[in-house]
Amino acid sequence: MTDAQVVKRAKYKSSVKDPGVRGILKMTRERFVFMPNDPSSAMKLNVEFRLIKGHKSSKEGSNRPALLNLTPDQGNYIFEFENFSDRELCRDFVAKAVTFSGEVGGPTSEKAVPLKDEQLSSAEMERRIKLLQEDSELQKLHKQLVIGGVLSETEFWATRKKLLDVNASRKAKQRVGLKSEMIFNVKPSSDGQSNRVTFNLTPEMIHQIFAEKPAVQQAYLNFVPNKMTEKDFWTKYWRAQYLHSTKNIVAAAAEAAEDEELAVFLKQDAILASETRRKIRKVDPTLDMEADEGDDYTHIPGHGLASEDIKDELEAQYEPYKRSFLQDINRHAAVVLEGRTIDVETGDTRSVAEALASSKRVELAKEASDGNAHQERLDRVTRMAEIEDLQAPCDPPVAPLCIKDPRDYFDSQQVNALNQLPGTRQMKSVLSTSEAYGSLRAYISEIRTVGLSDPIVRPEVAFKVFNSLTQNISSSKYQLGKNPHESILDTLPSVTKEELLLHWTSIQELLKHFWSSYPITTSYLYTKVSRLRDAMSQIYPKLQEIKESVQSDSRHQVSLLVQPMLQALDAAFAHYELEQQKRSAKSGEKPNGYV
Amino acid sequence: MNAKGFCHTTDKIGSTRKSVLKHKPSMTPVSSKQYADDVSLLMVLLDTNPLFWSSTAAPLSFSKFLSQVISFLNSILLLNQLNQVMVIATGLNSCDYVYDSSSGPTNQRVETLLQKLQEFVVKDEELNKDDSVDRIGSSLLSGSLSMALCYIQRVFRSGLLHPQPRILCMHGSQDGPGQYVAIMNSIFSAQRSMVPIDSCVIGSQHSAFLQQASYITGGVYLKPQQLDGLFQYLTTVFGTDLHSRSFLQLPKPVGVDFRASCFCHKNTIDMGYICSVCLSIFCKHHKKCSTCGSAFGQPQTSVSTSNQKRKAP
Repeated sequence: MTDAQVVKRAKYKSSVKDPGVRGILKMTRERFVFMPNDPSSAMKLNVEFRLIKGHKSSKEGSNRPALLNLTPDQGNYIFEFENFSDRELCRDFVAKAVTFSGEVGGPTSEKAVPLKDEQLSSAEMERRIKLLQEDSELQKLHKQLVIGGVLSETEFWATRKKLLDVNASRKAKQRVGLKSEMIFNVKPSSDGQSNRVTFNLTPEMIHQIFAEKPAVQQAYLNFVPNKMTEKDFWTKYWRAQYLHSTKNIVAAAAEAAEDEELAVFLKQDAILASETRRKIRKVDPTLDMEADEGDDYTHIPGHGLASEDIKDELEAQYEPYKRSFLQDINRHAAVVLEGRTIDVETGDTRSVAEALASSKRVELAKEASDGNAHQERLDRVTRMAEIEDLQAPCDPPVAPLCIKDPRDYFDSQQVNALNQLPGTRQMKSVLSTSEAYGSLRAYISEIRTVGLSDPIVRPEVAFKVFNSLTQNISSSKYQLGKNPHESILDTLPSVTKEELLLHWTSIQELLKHFWSSYPITTSYLYTKVSRLRDAMSQIYPKLQEIKESVQSDSRHQVSLLVQPMLQALDAAFAHYELEQQKRSAKSGEKPNGYV
Repeated sequence: MNAKGFCHTTDKIGSTRKSVLKHKPSMTPVSSKQYADDVSLLMVLLDTNPLFWSSTAAPLSFSKFLSQVISFLNSILLLNQLNQVMVIATGLNSCDYVYDSSSGPTNQRVETLLQKLQEFVVKDEELNKDDSVDRIGSSLLSGSLSMALCYIQRVFRSGLLHPQPRILCMHGSQDGPGQYVAIMNSIFSAQRSMVPIDSCVIGSQHSAFLQQASYITGGVYLKPQQLDGLFQYLTTVFGTDLHSRSFLQLPKPVGVDFRASCFCHKNTIDMGYICSVCLSIFCKHHKKCSTCGSAFGQPQTSVSTSNQKRKAP
């Protein structure tokens, strides 16, 4: 489909009437190039999409030429393609390229020196645009850095690959489930005048029919295209449905007797019956079916519902043609709950049928190879229906008791940990433990004998304490606010806060690219680094401005906030200067013009 | 601070509250159950780590410290007739209730306390088995916090009228990183019961655990500079009851040290690995979480194949 480059055969015309010069038209995201087949011709073109303002195309028609007209400011470039699909391809590509180059703007295409051609698919571009639309912060950053000419698109998105991938993969994982309505049971449209009845068939309906009626799917695989065409097949199928809808069993039997293929649709689904029998065999034999015998209504004719007319007088030959609506509903529900087993959504009927058949074969094969399940079932049966006197007594299954020692959880390796604490080395206790206890006891007895000191606290000491407390409280009140959970950012006006945050994110982005460009090996990295450095030195004074614009009492807090940003920038600048010096020293430039 | 929830007058404690409280399950945090504004129950956790008090890290002698604390307790009991004080001693190997103001003769409070404290120290020494330890151990703060919270819970369930409880932690020893988990659990349960934990740190270093405790539960953290005026600090800051705190300005710490300690080595770490099931913290990459047993890094495909097997009947 569309990819980063489009190469098509085309004729270049300067006007519509012009016979045109044959050649090859090659389009990339930024420019298109036309090379005429005749090398001596002067009609070479190399035009950037930046200059193309719009495009026009001629109408589709069997006799008309497929023209695409690219319009820059003046004049136009007209290309004639061999067929309309080529022209459509080129037109879509041109549309995307023109919008993209319009968004990016001039400066990037001049300054950016890409390492290789930008290979972008249109899906990728859509994803990027969508991401930018969703995340306003990202968009601001993108506008500031990419459109401001500091970074190029590739560099910007190179670090965000994860974002783009995640979006794409998330879309792919979810699949649309099956519809819960039985769409193939819809009544056909009939016009009252003629005797014709019209059925509509969509791929979704075909998928449902094949999933629910394996006999029909088998018949399709067998009959089409050997015995009949697809159209005939479906006509017969709808005829059978129509007969069923009339509930005329006798007529159905009569038609089935005539037409063999029709009989396949009219009879009950044999494949389904065998599947059900297989499932029943796999049920755990120790399941007590007797218990809900009373609830079992499936054996009662009509599923327990009162039916209008019980045709008991029907002969045996009509039995296979009876079908119950409830069976259809149950089957439909079972299929919907199972969900989509195959991924083929579009494509012709044959592929759908084959895909369903193959998935079923895979399932059968898995079950057949899974002989273990059978053995497990037998084991379980013997375990549950034990006949004690016929079997040797077996030990009850036990697992060894394993209780973890809670001490491990709370204070494991405490000695190790405490040895690493920084404080322990400094403060070794002077006394041993028993001596320490003794001294503690001595202190307590001292109080008992001496009593509490009088006064408890001297007045000047108390005064000093009061002063220091008051100072502490009043100074911290304005700085921190009443709530210790508040942060300084919230007290700033919102404009300042957003500016600070934007600066922070852009500094992080710039520094990321800055540090990843070292060591400088190519000239591209060199220009990139100098660009980044210019951008960073522009942000520096802006931060100073913010610091000064804030009120004086929160200035200290704000400068604390801004401090790490400035430090990071300073480190980057210092590194840059160092590298510059090394470079100039290496290139042999001696100071003072010595040679 | 949760003190705002406590400012209800006595009128409101009437018929409505009674019926509500009868049927409330005990797990929900209880609020506004006191019968007067400023009746308080003060649980004091005294640090009686002998290694700390006999080392150079102790800025004042234990007897001076104890005398100031006792005077403070007396003044608390003088503030309101219904005030209650409970003292728990935090020893090196054990903790115990040392004084209860609601029992015993009122004219012999100090003697009772000192007597019991002495007995406690003797008992603690007996429990000291491995005494070739030449470092300052940490006292069992987690144990005394748990004991205080248990007592407070009993008070909550004692009836409709009871004082507002708060915990005052007079601590000097260092944080034992091995107690991190237990202390954090007690802090969270105190937060849930809306019991503020005040901390008064006597030692030379700040205590990260107590900073976190006071920050999370809405209490006051203070490291007094002048320890001979400790009594003044206590009465000015820690004597305030919870109702008054809504209109009093109390000192706030500048920052809180939020570092955790890892579960495997009990080191204090800044960055580490966290189990997404039980939120245990590890300092290095493990294959399995040692707390909840969940394995890390399971590939996605193994889960889906086991689902498919279960679908077949």
